[in-house]
Amino acid sequence: MMTKKLIALTGDQAAAEAMRQIEPDVVAAYPITPQTEIVMNFSQFAADGRVKTEMIPVESEHSAMSACVGSAASGARTMTATSANGLALMWEIVYITASLRLPIVMPVVNRALSGPINIHCDHSDTMGARDSGWIQIYCENAQEVYENIIVAVKIAEHKKILLPVMVCQDGFITSHAVEGISIFPDDKVKKFIGEYTPEHSLLDVENPVTYGPLDLQDFYFEHKRQEAEAMKSALKTIPAVLAEFNKTFDKSHDLVEEYKLSDAEVAIVVLSSTAGTAKGVVDELRKKGVKAGLLKPKFFRPFPKARITKALSNLKAVAVLDRSDSFSGEGGPLFSEIKAALYESEKRPPVIDYIFGLGGRDIFPEDIKKVYKDLQEIKKTKKIKSPVNYLGIRE
Amino acid sequence: MKDLLEIRWHGRGGQGAKTAAQLLAESALDTGKFIQAFPEYGPERAGAPIRAYTRVSDREINIHSPVTNPDIVVVVDPTLLETVDVADGLDESGILIVNTTETVDSVRRKTKYKKGKVATCDATKISLETLGIPMPNTPMLGALLKIKAVVPIEALEKEVQKKFLKKIGEEKTQLNIKAIKRAFKETKTG
Repeated sequence: MMTKKLIALTGDQAAAEAMRQIEPDVVAAYPITPQTEIVMNFSQFAADGRVKTEMIPVESEHSAMSACVGSAASGARTMTATSANGLALMWEIVYITASLRLPIVMPVVNRALSGPINIHCDHSDTMGARDSGWIQIYCENAQEVYENIIVAVKIAEHKKILLPVMVCQDGFITSHAVEGISIFPDDKVKKFIGEYTPEHSLLDVENPVTYGPLDLQDFYFEHKRQEAEAMKSALKTIPAVLAEFNKTFDKSHDLVEEYKLSDAEVAIVVLSSTAGTAKGVVDELRKKGVKAGLLKPKFFRPFPKARITKALSNLKAVAVLDRSDSFSGEGGPLFSEIKAALYESEKRPPVIDYIFGLGGRDIFPEDIKKVYKDLQEIKKTKKIKSPVNYLGIRE
Repeated sequence: MKDLLEIRWHGRGGQGAKTAAQLLAESALDTGKFIQAFPEYGPERAGAPIRAYTRVSDREINIHSPVTNPDIVVVVDPTLLETVDVADGLDESGILIVNTTETVDSVRRKTKYKKGKVATCDATKISLETLGIPMPNTPMLGALLKIKAVVPIEALEKEVQKKFLKKIGEEKTQLNIKAIKRAFKETKTG
């Protein structure tokens, strides 16, 4: 039975609610489907005086992220939110944000990139930004959206990290579905994230700093090396921040979620809302005696390689479900990285890829059952017929 | 009741099927259930056929895909019977509830849904006579609760109060509740 009172919110409303409690100094944002309700709800909070945030309605996403860079560099706690083509339009500044080590938190509602134009869910937008230097967290449901946005602030601003964070949720599937959400008390959230005291600030005239100067052959490389080190250090530091969050709010967040994996023989690796649907399939297969399991990476950047290798190396067969294609001809981005992670492992299970759900194509439990059936076959024959497959498509 | 109840709503854009799906879910949430409600977003325009879904469970709901084998189907717009296979995935233990002036037998013929339970309610007439506008979504909630007590009708009334009062004022909120109660009484089965 439930012990806490739940309230009905969509994924977008849950994101806006987290932002209300965080009450950043500055939010600069431009609305885009299916992120619109985040900006709409948060603007309402600002207009009603429920937050003291300086709300900057800008004319484009490029301007949104540019305003955020200025704000964060001046030492203000700063947030924005976007989707798909909006993320694509702010691309230039997305890279600059990470390079300047500005701890901006950005909820991203995953939507297919054009073209052809499509407003529904896939991960092509954030997967395209996987090398931008941002931390990326992927959420299964609205509750995770709410909690991950709160913990993201603490991760981004951690002195040993200082990197921007994207908190990703599935467009429409999560962003527009109403679910029962448990909300923490405002004061507890404010206490957890604490008052923001920036390491460096343009407004701190006693300790002048420079942001974004020309940086050529002499130092650019060293700065990039530091950025790479920051992401490596983040992987070591994030578990401690999650532990603090878990202790404060009685939760159990981790870099990855393992579902019935300890004695599993076959498993699926998948991000976000589809992991929820797959859990139901695992339960059903378990009742029939199939040793099925699931791995849901919550963090994709930094890539939790050691955890993933440990979780998967003992399996007999693994399927990766990618909600985007990298057009390398060799499968999706999650598949490439999972396979690479297993390369140095002594035990390497066969791994196959299924690209699914592009442009919001629904994925049903029946589709996921088919994947487990294919895995059973691979377990038996030890042969992979086709390493890269497309699930739920007409061809 | 099995532990997951799945309802599919068929309506046309602008008739409030999405709102009905949410109102039911939110009423169930207040009675301590786990819930999910979401519309199927196509090209959004008034008059286009749309679907919405409600899930109610005693346990946490993990599934995030549209309902394909509903326990209950509610058809908010009568003209959809001609164009959409509303009984798709509904088995013999299912319930089909339709806003129509026609008889239960006629609905069975049009939908080819023979074995399960069928109920009818003239929700458009009820909403025209109580609210003065054709908004069949709230009366169809009354019809649904008559056939399947997903939540006590009082829980739905409370939710309607909470959601509608700020948006449409006391008078219209009360008329919606009246429409729900009248539909609850006038729903026929066969």
